[in-house]
Amino acid sequence: MVMTPEVLTLSNTPVLFTVAMLLKIAVAFVVMILIVAYATYAERKIIGRMQTRMGPTMTGPKGLLQPIADGLKLFFKEDMIPSQAHPFAFSLAPMMLLAPSFVAIAVIPFGSDLHFTYDGIQYVVPMQITDLNFGVLFILAMAGLGVYGIVLAGLASNSKYALLGGIRSTAQMISYELAAGLSIVAVFMLSETLSLRGIVLAQQGPLWGIEALKYIPNWYIFSQPLAFGLFLVASMAEINRTPFDLPEAETELVSGFCTEYSSMKYALFFMAEYANMITISAITATLFLGGWSGPFYGWMNFLIKVFAFMFFFIWIRATFPRLRYDQLMHMGWKVMLPLALANIVITGIAVLLWQ
Amino acid sequence: MEILFFYLVAGVAIVSAFFVVKCRNPINSALNLVTTFICLAVFYVMLESPFMAAIQIIVYAGAIMVLIIFVIMLLNFGQTIKGRYTHGIAAGGLVSVLLMLVATQLVRSGDATGTGGPVTSAMIAEVGHTELIGRALFLDFVLPFEIAGVLLLIAIVGALIIAKQKV
Repeated sequence: MVMTPEVLTLSNTPVLFTVAMLLKIAVAFVVMILIVAYATYAERKIIGRMQTRMGPTMTGPKGLLQPIADGLKLFFKEDMIPSQAHPFAFSLAPMMLLAPSFVAIAVIPFGSDLHFTYDGIQYVVPMQITDLNFGVLFILAMAGLGVYGIVLAGLASNSKYALLGGIRSTAQMISYELAAGLSIVAVFMLSETLSLRGIVLAQQGPLWGIEALKYIPNWYIFSQPLAFGLFLVASMAEINRTPFDLPEAETELVSGFCTEYSSMKYALFFMAEYANMITISAITATLFLGGWSGPFYGWMNFLIKVFAFMFFFIWIRATFPRLRYDQLMHMGWKVMLPLALANIVITGIAVLLWQ
Repeated sequence: MEILFFYLVAGVAIVSAFFVVKCRNPINSALNLVTTFICLAVFYVMLESPFMAAIQIIVYAGAIMVLIIFVIMLLNFGQTIKGRYTHGIAAGGLVSVLLMLVATQLVRSGDATGTGGPVTSAMIAEVGHTELIGRALFLDFVLPFEIAGVLLLIAIVGALIIAKQKV
């Protein structure tokens, strides 16, 4: 007799479910923090190599302890709040930037289902903290909340540079959020579900269901190349990553929205930048590269994809000059938004014809 | 458990809504309003309408409030109002007490006997809230939906004409 495995839920096994849930949350959180810490090291090393420098070498073997040393240094620095700043909003800003990116990880599936037998009953644990049937919308909502961190930092610092950085970032994030949101619409027109688990499952099997193409997976990057490009660029703009880092443009604005920050609060802004990069990488991998599907064991494929995107972001930072403000707005509203809308219309027609 | 959670979130919603009015610094008011919106989103989740919750956060907390803060920033309203305004407190308090009485009266005047119509909790769980709303908007009520879209377009064009006399 073949037993159908049972999905672990709160109603059938409360204790096991709670333990599994807490474990999943802890693992996701710790892995993310570790990647954040070592992303700074990787970034300095890789950019160093690309610019024929060495990067950090002195702290520990090959400079491997550099992130820990940096963290300790920032942790013991004096925490200063400018006398003319709004103290509450000033302290709240870095947390509001960091929290949404961590919360968004909760709906991302990071591995294939885990099967195990306990007390003679087979259980299935989905490798995802929670599967919402509106997962994509949840991610968009969290991305929208991320704006507050930068806006508040700019506003609460009571400094000209910070204010300019805040205004720039608000305009930038609102413009590119639209393009990013619209480009994903085409993806869930194909998958016919908003659940990220459903989107990963829809990307299994050979390309477009044609058996002759069985060596190419049915990833949405092949069906939706335009949406992939638009989403990646728009997300980079949304998290203020380098060709779009006008809010913290060093040559013009000292350090932009985080000019007045010091010590751990300053470190939180940097952690938020890398955490946002990881979240964006994870979302892009899930939506366009088939999530955890691939040649290796579930979570390994997922981590490889995330690291590939991180490398891509760092690479971009080493190669591209910063956009001008008018170029940024022109690209957001006059190039990417119409392209995203056109992509939706074309996908709609294609879906209708295909059926 | 759920009722306790409801009272917790409701408490936060009411306190933050009170501070929206009370704060003298417009930024703090705006922040408190964001908190109220997020509490409302939690209520939508508890009422089994997750789509509304997501839209509440995306549209109200993510877009409208950011625009309001953007305006505060551009017009430099960031300063705290120094004077203490007391006029209107009595009338405002009276109106809110009256409103509360009317609302309590309405809520307590009868018990819900059951849900009517084809959309039930079981159906939401099976089909999905987003699909139900999408079907209703684009199949059953497509004409009112399009009219609302045209109305918004007229509003945008009107705003543009008022803001920019010479286009």
